[in-house]
Amino acid sequence: MIDLVAFIPRAIQQGIPLLFGSTGETITEKSGNLNLGIPGVMYVGGICGVIGSFNYEQACGGNLNGFLAIFIPIICSLVGSLLMGLLYCFLTVSLRANQNVTGLAMTTFGVGIGNFFGGSLIKLAGADVPSIALTKTSKFFKTALPGAASTGWFGKIFLSYGFLAYTAVIIALVTSYIFKHTRMGLHLRSVGESPATADAAGINVTKYKYFSTCLGCMIAGLGGLYYVMDYASGVWSNDTFGDRGWLAIALVIFSIWKPDWGILASFLFGGLYILYLYIPTGMDHMEVKELYKMLPYIVTMVVLVITSMRNKRENQPPESLGTNYFREER
Amino acid sequence: MNKAPHEPLFHVTKRDELSPVKAWTIRIVAILLSLVLCGIITACLTGENPFSVYGSIFDGAFGSERKIWITFQNLSILLIISLALTPAFKMQFWNIGGEGQALMGALGAAAVMICLGDKVSNGVLILLMILASVGLGALWGLIPALLKAKWNTNETLSTLMMNYIATQLVAYYVIVWEVPKGSGNIGIINPQTEAGWLPQVYNRYLLPIIVAIIITIFIYIYQNYTKHGYEIAVVGESRNTARYAGINVNKVIIRTMILSGALCGVAGLLLVGGINHTLTTTIAGGEGFTGVMVSWLAKFNPIAMIATSLLIVFMNRGAGQISTNFGLNQSFADILTGIILFFIIGCEFFIRYRISFRSSARKEEKA
Amino acid sequence: MSENAVSFKNVTKTFGELKAINNVSLDVKKGEILSLLGENGSGKTTLMNMLSGIYFPDAGHIFINGKEEVIRSPKDAFDLGIGMVHQHFKLIDVLTTTENIVLGLKGKLNLKEAEKKIMSIAEKYGFDIDPNKKVYDMSVSEKQTVEIVKVLFRGADILILDEPTAVLTPQETEKLFKVMRNMKKDGKSIIIITHKLNEVKEISDRVAILRKGEFIGMMITAESDEQQMTDMMVGHSVKLNIERKEPQDSKPRIEVKNLSVKDSQGVYKIKDVSFTAESGEVLGIAGISGCGQKELLEAIAGLEKIDSGDVLFTEDNGTKTSLKGKSPRAVSDLGISLSFVPEDRLGMGLVGNMSLVGNMMLRSYRKGASPFVDRKAPRKLAEKVVTDLDVMTPSVDTPVRRLSGGNVQKVLLGREIATKPKVLMTAYAVRGLDINSSYTIYDLINKEKESGTAVIFVGEDLDVLLQISDRILVLCDGEVSGIVDGRKADKNTVGLMMTKKGGENNE
Repeated sequence: MIDLVAFIPRAIQQGIPLLFGSTGETITEKSGNLNLGIPGVMYVGGICGVIGSFNYEQACGGNLNGFLAIFIPIICSLVGSLLMGLLYCFLTVSLRANQNVTGLAMTTFGVGIGNFFGGSLIKLAGADVPSIALTKTSKFFKTALPGAASTGWFGKIFLSYGFLAYTAVIIALVTSYIFKHTRMGLHLRSVGESPATADAAGINVTKYKYFSTCLGCMIAGLGGLYYVMDYASGVWSNDTFGDRGWLAIALVIFSIWKPDWGILASFLFGGLYILYLYIPTGMDHMEVKELYKMLPYIVTMVVLVITSMRNKRENQPPESLGTNYFREER
Repeated sequence: MNKAPHEPLFHVTKRDELSPVKAWTIRIVAILLSLVLCGIITACLTGENPFSVYGSIFDGAFGSERKIWITFQNLSILLIISLALTPAFKMQFWNIGGEGQALMGALGAAAVMICLGDKVSNGVLILLMILASVGLGALWGLIPALLKAKWNTNETLSTLMMNYIATQLVAYYVIVWEVPKGSGNIGIINPQTEAGWLPQVYNRYLLPIIVAIIITIFIYIYQNYTKHGYEIAVVGESRNTARYAGINVNKVIIRTMILSGALCGVAGLLLVGGINHTLTTTIAGGEGFTGVMVSWLAKFNPIAMIATSLLIVFMNRGAGQISTNFGLNQSFADILTGIILFFIIGCEFFIRYRISFRSSARKEEKA
Repeated sequence: MSENAVSFKNVTKTFGELKAINNVSLDVKKGEILSLLGENGSGKTTLMNMLSGIYFPDAGHIFINGKEEVIRSPKDAFDLGIGMVHQHFKLIDVLTTTENIVLGLKGKLNLKEAEKKIMSIAEKYGFDIDPNKKVYDMSVSEKQTVEIVKVLFRGADILILDEPTAVLTPQETEKLFKVMRNMKKDGKSIIIITHKLNEVKEISDRVAILRKGEFIGMMITAESDEQQMTDMMVGHSVKLNIERKEPQDSKPRIEVKNLSVKDSQGVYKIKDVSFTAESGEVLGIAGISGCGQKELLEAIAGLEKIDSGDVLFTEDNGTKTSLKGKSPRAVSDLGISLSFVPEDRLGMGLVGNMSLVGNMMLRSYRKGASPFVDRKAPRKLAEKVVTDLDVMTPSVDTPVRRLSGGNVQKVLLGREIATKPKVLMTAYAVRGLDINSSYTIYDLINKEKESGTAVIFVGEDLDVLLQISDRILVLCDGEVSGIVDGRKADKNTVGLMMTKKGGENNE
């Protein structure tokens, strides 16, 4: 049997980067922008945090101030992903470029940035292994809630994570609240559903698209930061982030554009992602693990098909997703 | 409407039509500007003068006979995938599943090579490889098409997911077939017998290039001169008109996606049977995604696609050279490619729209 | 002085060459229901759009409650208490009634509060409204209710309703009128755009009549009759000099039997329509816009699902073939050449981004077993159409989207006629065309008729219909109100039939 007390925390840790990514992408998609550049943005968010913290660790030679050790990487990460968001918006909202193409180009670019600067830092650090270890900074990120160690299974499952993990959940809940209960959320949804109607109602479509896409990118970028600083214990090595960005996009569909559902869904995805580690396959059948890794994509596909089959309007992608708005069209 | 209280500083309107010459001038200017920016960035990072940077890029792509052959081999695979995606895009079906479709093609070829390599004659083997690659690629195109036709499932999202299902399926078989056990790699397939290796034409680089030329001509003719191509164009322009003309829209979608997937499968076949002789999950190297951009940048014109894919491959190989020459990381290529893409993507705006500033707008009104 | 809620003084609005509104002055009194009556294209909606801030007048003044105001945007209009309910609803499907109503407003979102206010408005005027219902679950009439409440929610005192009854069933119309009377009692001023005379009589206090952008007159409803209104609306007949020959050797060609068509909402668009179109004649179809012409033609062409009834094609030798349930392709595979010039030329009849040559192929590209398209014949055809019909185009390789409206229509009609059709159906063939192009089109249609084609001509201009058609079928609300002889009928009779359902007035 699977040891749930060990399994659940690992699944959650695995799910948190996805949760950041999918919450960010959900906010973006609600405004009608399909940002396929999210994988790139998450790389940028991660590497910018690494650059910030690397420089800080170098500058103060080991005596880290707890606040700055956390503050600097976060700010760097947010600024990096904000710039990516602005780039995407400038191209698709202001210049009305094709969203799919722009997004894919951003992913190429973002992954390139991540690996390039990652590689350069690794060279700068001059380590023997192809990675940078920011273990000191990571300690601050990984600090669990008080009582995590002393409350047994409860502490392990609920209290053992770094603050960014709780931030991810809070952001998802707040986002969900904003969508449902505030005027801003109402306006944002209407922009994604029908920009022409929103425009006629006096809502500034361009402003909402810029705002939500940039905000979405910043949140997604934090996912990259969490991955390096907490999950990977401050170790950056190129390409290890893998396809998590795409998984985050899948998660948006899986949670049918509902950030609160995204919380549980991301843990589920995290679990599916590492389930293979816990399934005793024996040394002879390691290949089955790869099929387990396929599960998140399969279930997403199934959800996508079922929602389109049932054709229930609430569960559909935002009506104008992927198309740009130009008031004088026609 | 120009009477708005706060007249905006500028006003964006849609252009009627820009002559192709002007449009291409804008695009070329954008590419040149992006190259200048790339040069400056590289110069800043390396401290070299920009011209030696451009020299290195050129050297990387065309520096020796071997480099030229490799450049064109890379070009041929990217071109095949871009061409494969094009009919779907023409139909306004956003197939971003080229990666998965090519991987499935690669899987099909590898499966036949490994399982039947010593059981049938080489000619039959290669025939079966072709069938398997084309068949699996087509299947991966067919599934999203059926979903679209039947339930109107969003094809961008479904083809995207299909990519990763294919990746994991390949990962599964890589371990099933790994040599030696536990290595996580297949290694070169049939290294002694070379069974299922596609025959070399002239040298080991030429075959994919020939196939790419054939497919370019095929797609060019298919899109411009066949009834199928005509139907695709009508469906892409207006579903209503297609209905009016008696075209069965769903049938066209399904048929086109089968073709799209099958051609991606051919790319997979060439990668496994002709170039790498092995199977990995990254064998398609993201070209399914790059192909989307190549096809779009060429405005779905197969001939222009030769140029756009050459540009991408050229930058990639060139930037690779810069990395080695100046001790930068290989990913530098992606950054430069990204910058060039952003410029080309952005410049389309100036082809499609006109910006009139406040004062000139007034004049126009009077005229 | 302040008795008038709205006053237009010498208002003019031009679009390009067209004077959509020419020097119009009219008043709307406080607490009255005013009908704005006029044919299609008479400028009713344009005039109201200037009041609601969508257009800005080129000249003239608008007074609201006696004070001159400048209305630059819908927001300005709202601030002045003016609200307009457009024909095309601007609602977001996945949102609820309440969410749609508060959309775009400022301040903290309090749906409970808003809901209360909506319910109190509903109660006050007698609306039937469910604040939590999603728009996609609503019928057309419910959506309209949301639009009206939305306007009232924002505190409008002057309401403009643009053809509100066009989409409603008689029962729903009755309900709407009740609400309108309640609003009037509350002191609100209501302007209702319509061309249904019975409704004008029933609901309004006064009627203002527009024709071709000009203000024709104002009448007290109670003191005028429908004949007077029709006369003012359609004006005197204009002689157009369209040559009309007697039909030669007419035989039944298309028989429509008890045809009914429903829309996706299950509402009848065509109900129990029967007629026969004969070879060598022009059968005109008259009716107010949206009363089923489009659905009728599309049902015959195989583009609209037939609910009940049948469409029969009769050969010269009398063999009859049912077209029911057959796609356009199946029909042409049977060897029946049926041409259709749809209303939406670039969205249905042609492909805007394709060249003239490409468009010529649209109906014929399938011919032959070869997988390749033949471009030589369409090129020749395109060249022929360009010369014969005098199409102004840089070349036959120019995308049709870049041609002017008249030339687009010539290309479309040219292609359809080239197939030597047995039946030619045209919907609003001259809409948006200048005089010369219009005459070219009339000539083409007459030539087709002389060559023995059965022509079904859907038109909106009664002068044209009366001078081109041999017989005129008048539709009202999807039903036939009568068939008249094109040579004998007069404009006013037809105009009256268009507004009377089920041929009550069919003397």
